[in-house]
Amino acid sequence: MAAITTTQLVKEYPGGVRAVDGLDLTIEDGEFFALLGPSGCGKTTLLRTIAGLETATDGRLSIGSRDVTALPPGERRVAMVFQDYALFPHMTVADNIAYPLKIQKVDRSSRLATAEEVAGGLSLEGLTARRPGQLSGGQQQRVALARAVASKPDVFLFDEPLSNLDARLRLEARTFLKRLQRDLGVTTVFVTHDQAEALALADRIAIMRAGRIQQVGSPRDVFRRPANTFVAGFVGSTPMNLHPGSVRDGRVSVAGASLPVPPGLSSSVVDGSSVIWGGRPEYLRWSAVAPSSADDAITGTVTVVENLGASVLVTVEAGDGVLVQVVVDEDHEPAPGTAGFVVVRPERTLLFDAESEELMEPVAAAA
Amino acid sequence: MTTVPSPTDLDPAGARGADPGGAGRGTGRGRGAAVDDGDAAGLGRWRAAGFVAPAMLVVAVFLVFPAIWTLYLGLTNWRLTGLAAAEPEFVGTENYTDALSDPAFRNSLMLTLAFVFFSAIVGQSILGFALAWVARRLRPAVRSVLETVVLLAWIIPASVVAFLWLALLDRREGTLNALLGTDGTAWLLEYPMQSIIVFNIWNGTAFSMLLFGSALASVPPSQFETARMAGAGTFATLRDVVLPNIRGHILTNTLLITLWTFNVFAPYLITAGGPQGRTEILGIYIYRVALRDGALGQGAALSLIMIIINLIVASVYLRLLRERRS
Amino acid sequence: MTVRAALGAVGRYVFAGFVFVFFALPLLWLLSAPFDTAPSVQVSLPDFTLENFRTLWDNPYAMRSLGNSVLIAAGTMAITLVLAALASYALSRVRIPGRDTLLYLLLLLSSIVTGTAAMVPTFLLMTELGLIDRQLGVVLVLTGGLLPTAIFILKDFMDSTPRSYEESARVFGASSLQILRHVVVPIARPGLATIAVWAVVQVWGNFLVPFILLRSPDRQPAAVVMFTFYTEGGQPNLALISTFSLLFSIPVVVMYLFVNRRYGFRFHGGIKR
Ligand SMILES: Nc1ncnc2c1ncn2[C@@H]1O[C@H](COP(=O)(O)OP(=O)(O)O)[C@@H](O)[C@H]1O
Ligand SMILES: [Mg+2]
Repeated sequence: MAAITTTQLVKEYPGGVRAVDGLDLTIEDGEFFALLGPSGCGKTTLLRTIAGLETATDGRLSIGSRDVTALPPGERRVAMVFQDYALFPHMTVADNIAYPLKIQKVDRSSRLATAEEVAGGLSLEGLTARRPGQLSGGQQQRVALARAVASKPDVFLFDEPLSNLDARLRLEARTFLKRLQRDLGVTTVFVTHDQAEALALADRIAIMRAGRIQQVGSPRDVFRRPANTFVAGFVGSTPMNLHPGSVRDGRVSVAGASLPVPPGLSSSVVDGSSVIWGGRPEYLRWSAVAPSSADDAITGTVTVVENLGASVLVTVEAGDGVLVQVVVDEDHEPAPGTAGFVVVRPERTLLFDAESEELMEPVAAAA
Repeated sequence: MTTVPSPTDLDPAGARGADPGGAGRGTGRGRGAAVDDGDAAGLGRWRAAGFVAPAMLVVAVFLVFPAIWTLYLGLTNWRLTGLAAAEPEFVGTENYTDALSDPAFRNSLMLTLAFVFFSAIVGQSILGFALAWVARRLRPAVRSVLETVVLLAWIIPASVVAFLWLALLDRREGTLNALLGTDGTAWLLEYPMQSIIVFNIWNGTAFSMLLFGSALASVPPSQFETARMAGAGTFATLRDVVLPNIRGHILTNTLLITLWTFNVFAPYLITAGGPQGRTEILGIYIYRVALRDGALGQGAALSLIMIIINLIVASVYLRLLRERRS
Repeated sequence: MTVRAALGAVGRYVFAGFVFVFFALPLLWLLSAPFDTAPSVQVSLPDFTLENFRTLWDNPYAMRSLGNSVLIAAGTMAITLVLAALASYALSRVRIPGRDTLLYLLLLLSSIVTGTAAMVPTFLLMTELGLIDRQLGVVLVLTGGLLPTAIFILKDFMDSTPRSYEESARVFGASSLQILRHVVVPIARPGLATIAVWAVVQVWGNFLVPFILLRSPDRQPAAVVMFTFYTEGGQPNLALISTFSLLFSIPVVVMYLFVNRRYGFRFHGGIKR
């Protein structure tokens, strides 16, 4: 078991692409850590650099107490599950699972016994004599996990292991993976571009963009208090409402309304300054009648209603033509054309600096 | 002539030029097998060079070197036997001027051009295309029988094929005379060039057939259907649908069969260049000059001329291939 | 319309019939003569016998030359396969500067330096190296000619197999030779088989190179020895030649059909489009 620490880690590809750009990151021992970000932001590169499949251009990397920056992948005691699983098509499932042990020179009968045991633990019993080509996608994915488990590594590295599964299987596999990691307690780095997957699985998430880390935090942190507008827009199944506004008389004018400044921020906002106001659709409320304190609402007209299953996503056209989205319970679905109010909970709204796009923190917390 | 860059010329410093973390760290253990950019198996450049080297060595010695040596040999009066075999002299460009002014060489070159033009560019291409075109609409069983005989003509060893044709064209008992009722016609003496041209069409059409077969298969069926709905006849379909789609294949086919036919030696097994040099295409001519008559220097000069003609055709082809791949 | 279609169909089958006759006619002799008691160049329903095969079996040169063909083809195939596999693997997986240029240059060379065009320098080189009249010389010359194309095709093949197999093995600690043995060779097997058969087919029928480089009849392969089968009367010994031709042709035909069925035609033209 081991923690992973990167210090000013840089990976620059020939041709000048800095896929990982001066990364400082600590992944705790036994933690389920997700690397989240849009495609091309450098997640895979970081994972491969940890695995040793890419050489760091600069900086250091340690796993546990060892500096592994210069070690070849085979000596890092990591196991990687690739996006395409990389199961050897010419070997049976048992031989695939036992492959790491074969490299470790474990004799054939005992490595096959281990393979059977591990396979059993991953609900693969009865399939060990087959070839990977004869398995379903979900089974292949579990074989790839089993092979990683059998190598008894210090660290698991997963590169989008669920992305080749269809939607329903993916949910099942997600739960399975989380339980497996809990049981084994092995430090796990999980790469994904799917924010829901990261939120569901991880103990902590790092959100990456263009080779740099934007925020590291628990799923709750990054959901509730995204460090900047990029994270705010990326995390969440419906994108956060982010609208430019300005501070006037201790309140925020946005979308033709005047809203209260979130608690704790009143002393840090400067009158007349520009901000970006943020509110998650899930934290807003639609009301056909004026709320008791009409001040804390945006008025507008429903233009589009999209069904999300148990709830609907309502798009409201507010003042200045700004579109605000609200998640509404299925029982209170408004008809398009209805006029009404988007009610705001001040403690669930955020302000970002218009220049830096960084989250504005309460002064007490910043001190 | 360009030499092939040897893999050992590679700059080893480039391999791990950027040493992460700098000096004074680590044991250096496993660095040889350590990670390299774009190196999935962790070979490292030195081992990769080691993997490539044996193949390059064989190619360099047995393919590149002879080609380069031809340059020098062509400038000497080297002979297979006799005085000039022991101490060949440098004769400058004499061999080349001799060759170019020698009517036998010019005759051979003309014969070769006619052979390539009629047997490959006209014969194999057209017959191969016609076969591929017609085969699409034959019953599968008929089609596979037809394709199999055409393929057999291609893959049976040349020595065997030569005997088959000697038997076919035999003056007294040959199948052809029996079939045509032209008893006693000595095809190989009366029509030697025509005979080897037909022979070469028979021998090589399979390639064009296969190439055009896959070319036609790559034409989107919707385009054929559009043409049919517009009421286009066979000719219009060929012109408007097929030709624009398979232009690249036509070029590939033409260049490759030109190159191969130009270098063919099999007719030697049927006519040995005769009668009176009437089928002495370039390969056979070189063989006679250099190895039968023993004028190695002269033969080398001829070889070089042949290599240069090959080079022209092949570089056109490879350039096109490269353009299409990128 | 239907009349036209019918005419078209008739036309197609008539054409197919003529072409079939053209291609099949020379081949008939190969099927009739070996089984005839008195084979001539004439194609006739054989007066059936297998006696010719006994004659062939008893001819020491014939059987030895087939052995030589096997030896030369197997040797060339083995060396080509091993060298091309190693080279193409390294070229596919490691970014060696100028490797694409190198590959194209090799391919260009192998298509312009043909046996015919390079017979003089090749003959002289082998004389200088003392490899004249030795089968090793033939094997090396043929290997040199086949390698560029073999490397080119195999590299294409290796390029299309995912790297994650090797990377995965590497993360588990496999050395590069282990990776080669456990992963690359088994996965590349279809490509290797194709190249092996291709090399054998190329070498088996080759006449010119052994014809120029080998002198002793007991070292020459079948393709060359065939032309030395004469009767005491100085006539070609047709009984021997026809039977031998048949026996000599069967292996390549079988191999070709095998590869064609198994992997489809793509490689035989030398360069895949
Ligand atoms: N082998 C490579 N050579 C050059 N650039 C690369 C290579 N692999 C990835 N890149 C570039 O590095 C960046 C990050 O890629 P990657 O780590 O695969 O992103 P992600 O996994 O987050 O989608 C991208 O811009 C990509 O184009
Ligand atoms: Mg990725």
